[in-house]
Amino acid sequence: MKVHEHQAKEIFAKYGLPVPKGYPAFTVEEAVEVAQQLGKFPVVVKAQIHAGGRGKAGGVKLANSLDEVQQYAAELLGKTLVTFQTGPEGLPVSRIYIEEGTNIDKEYYVAITLDRSKSKLIIMASAEGGMEIEEVAATNPEAIITEEIDPFIGLRPFQARNIALKLGFPKKLINKVAGVFLKLYDVYMKEDASMVEINPLVLTKEGNVIVLDAKVDFDDNALFRHPDIMEMEDPTQESELEVRAKQYNLNYIKLDGNIACMVNGAGLAMATMDTIKLAGGEPANFLDVGGSANAEQIANAFKIILSDPNVKAIFINIFGGILRCDRLAEGIIQASKEVNPHVPIVVRMEGTNVELGKKMLAESGLDLIPADTMWEGAQKAVELAKQA
Amino acid sequence: MAVLVNKDTKVIVQGITGREGSFHATQCKAYGTQVVGGVTPGKGGQEVEGMPVFDSVKEAVENTGADCSLIFVPPPFAADAVLEAVDAGIKTVICITEGIPVNDMIPVKNYIKTYYPDTVLIGPNCPGVITPDEAKIGIMPGHIFKRGKVGIVSRSGTLTYEAAFQLSNRDIGQSTVIGIGGDPVPGTVFSDVLKWFQDDPETEAIVMIGEIGGTAEEEAAEFIKEYVTKPVVAYIAGVTAPPGKRMGHAGAIIAGGKGTAEEKYKALGSAGVNTVKNISFIGEAVAEVLK
Repeated sequence: MKVHEHQAKEIFAKYGLPVPKGYPAFTVEEAVEVAQQLGKFPVVVKAQIHAGGRGKAGGVKLANSLDEVQQYAAELLGKTLVTFQTGPEGLPVSRIYIEEGTNIDKEYYVAITLDRSKSKLIIMASAEGGMEIEEVAATNPEAIITEEIDPFIGLRPFQARNIALKLGFPKKLINKVAGVFLKLYDVYMKEDASMVEINPLVLTKEGNVIVLDAKVDFDDNALFRHPDIMEMEDPTQESELEVRAKQYNLNYIKLDGNIACMVNGAGLAMATMDTIKLAGGEPANFLDVGGSANAEQIANAFKIILSDPNVKAIFINIFGGILRCDRLAEGIIQASKEVNPHVPIVVRMEGTNVELGKKMLAESGLDLIPADTMWEGAQKAVELAKQA
Repeated sequence: MAVLVNKDTKVIVQGITGREGSFHATQCKAYGTQVVGGVTPGKGGQEVEGMPVFDSVKEAVENTGADCSLIFVPPPFAADAVLEAVDAGIKTVICITEGIPVNDMIPVKNYIKTYYPDTVLIGPNCPGVITPDEAKIGIMPGHIFKRGKVGIVSRSGTLTYEAAFQLSNRDIGQSTVIGIGGDPVPGTVFSDVLKWFQDDPETEAIVMIGEIGGTAEEEAAEFIKEYVTKPVVAYIAGVTAPPGKRMGHAGAIIAGGKGTAEEKYKALGSAGVNTVKNISFIGEAVAEVLK
């Protein structure tokens, strides 16, 4: 799960990390009010979206007066910001963050995440702050300092100091900077993050160390022990259909194509999308109904994929294991009566009780197009979508 | 021969009194697996379909001689269940549970590696392991598998079924089929299983099914170059997956431009693996390498 910069900074502040003073605002009036509270200029007006690259996309403005705050707030609120991380559709700016200005001398990068090939956490840092780490990794990999974190003893203070030294911080600040790294590790562990990032970590002209931008991603599997973080979720940052699917406990991701798919199992769902592409079409979504889907789940899944106006055909691809084909057929029949689908539906079914399932569908009177293999099903769906 | 599990494997089911635990314990037993009992703390002394329930894994092992555990314990308690099995001397731990926090699995994986290097953890978030006609230790539908000479290893449950089904339909049987699971911190990775299959005299060819996220497929490619002489057929799911989105499995995400299907296909191709872009033709590709 992702949160906004201002939420990440609230969490960071709780752990004693040095974040600038700032407040979120949802309206222009609120923006002016909190800028007044900050009491001095310049202030920074920052669009809050669940993606990076905001600065280059015009989502971060320096304001020298209340008039400017008002002007920038009006410009940003309600705008859709397109950055290199959002994709062409962009993300809506429904809130902004007003923060005191910082006199930047030098910028650094630091992050903690899982190294999957080692099954250990790593802390990464670089003196090329402000830049995207992927870019640094591609152009100047030696500039990235990495320390492995032993899961039995955690990040040690000496490791944190070594990184601070390698980054070239003034000697009198080494302990302070090491403290920032240790507190960041604390956030990661105690809040069950999957990624924490400070980019940039700033050395100010006054000689202070400041967390200028903050990012935290949380492990969805651990949210059950963090109800306070679950409350930080912002549905404006996800597509409406994805939000609805989540309420039905469905794994749904909206894509740009016009062939909807409904599949059991994450791997098979991805493979179905790929097969549609190979057949010359574009998938409209990823949808995994899971292994224990009942008729109601199937009906909800149907409603979601049919709400996407781009959809011209549906491909249902189920490998019945524990989810038996007869039960799935029952779900499709019930759902079709309820939602009355207006596009052609291709069904490929295999596995447990497949004969019974096929018989039920054939006798249902529904206009379903059967397919024997995934490849055949995908080709038929693509053909039908082209005709529509 | 097969690998990891066979007709002599004695299995206990942790979480046997739960809905899923009792259902699948019964299914595994019906397949012919030696399910010798189960564990639910506080419910020792009960029975589930004739299988005795114990309060701890230690007690279950002492009373039944079990050497394998199948885990259905809910996510908040699953990491502890794995450690309990390992501590009790279980050599093969198969964890089906989906949704275990990553921060719980990191120390578990490293603990096993450091202190119990001979213990194997399969999963979590996996369908389990089957050696057809001998032992089904997991949630897969047993009837689609057929005994033979192809080893299958996969990060995805339903794609494992798809592949096994295509093979069985062509009368190509399987030695052992192992679902290593879709989590970012899996107990066992492709290269571990590839080694077992390479060393198993019964296995003549290997099917490997990967997906986007992480670098396990790239590491497998390196391992194949060095060690594997048997033909490998590989498929990677997620060519059309958008970056930054978690595709159902916790581990199936392209992050920071890394973990794409293209990179994985490229690595496997350069290791001499027969890569298949269309999952519907995996059976055909295996038939081809067995000719």
